[in-house]
Amino acid sequence: MKRRALKAAFPHTIPILAGYLFLGMTYGIYMGSLGFSFVYPMCTAMIIFAGSMEFVTANLLIGAFNPVQAFLMTLMINARHLFYGLAMLEKYKIPGLKRLYLIFGMADETFSVTCTAEPPEGVDRGWFMFFVTLLDQCYWVAGATIGGLFGMVLNFNTEGLDFVMTAMFVVIFIESWIKEKDHTSALAGLGISVLCLVLFGADGFIIPAMVCIMLALTLLRPRLEKGGEAA
Amino acid sequence: MTVTQHIITIAVVALGTMLTRFLPFLVFPAGKPTPKYVQYIGKVLPPAVFSLLVVYCLKNVSLLSAPHGLPEAIAIGVVAALHLWKRQMLLSIAAGTVCYMLLVQLVF
Repeated sequence: MKRRALKAAFPHTIPILAGYLFLGMTYGIYMGSLGFSFVYPMCTAMIIFAGSMEFVTANLLIGAFNPVQAFLMTLMINARHLFYGLAMLEKYKIPGLKRLYLIFGMADETFSVTCTAEPPEGVDRGWFMFFVTLLDQCYWVAGATIGGLFGMVLNFNTEGLDFVMTAMFVVIFIESWIKEKDHTSALAGLGISVLCLVLFGADGFIIPAMVCIMLALTLLRPRLEKGGEAA
Repeated sequence: MTVTQHIITIAVVALGTMLTRFLPFLVFPAGKPTPKYVQYIGKVLPPAVFSLLVVYCLKNVSLLSAPHGLPEAIAIGVVAALHLWKRQMLLSIAAGTVCYMLLVQLVF
């Protein structure tokens, strides 16, 4: 049963294999360029397993020690998982410990597969989703570890490599912009973030920006919900 | 930061991540309706957070001193143009990063 589920799961993860190996390796090399041993990207890939958050973690690790800010940033950046969870309440209702791993490993890409892909007839859905999640995480850990090793050994000029994180978020921003009907949230987020950056400076703007974004979105609710219904 | 502080930071990030993943399953047993406010925030928060993350990445760029954020502006332009044209995530990220690395290492 498990073998058939693994065989059925693998083809669905091939696009993720390419993406995760590439981004995972870049993440590992980036960590290496910051002076960290490959053990760091390997471990964060295993226990955090949230790609964009791991890039942010790299930045947190080279800054001042501030666990409260780290925690709040994690909640804000990963808040979207709450809604993946809401979407998967029914689908992830499967017996056994697999369920805990499915929830633990619910990264964006994995969610997109387990949410949409149907296992072929006769294949257990629980094991199918389990192997999609497991394969994805293996790709990510492998990429991060290989990248981390490269980053320690290779001696090429990595100046500017940190831009990979900016490029990634710009792409995510554009994708989100194309898909949304109303740009109020994106624009409010942009305006508030820039304003807070100017007011509070690079080291202290994140938390005020998060608070203001939550406030603004709450205040804009009547308008945004009406727009959503009309669209 | 010391290694202990590294471990604490990573643990805190892992804990926060797990909280966002497990919370819905703990709070909303399947079958019960989700509060409207939570649904609303779930729908509108992501675009604002992506904006915040882009600004976060650029937080140390100085517009007042040379090169006035020019390498960042050019590379973001490359990423955006390429992405709007091809819609290939990895291609856009790779090309933008290589472009930025060439700019800061060779030009500016």
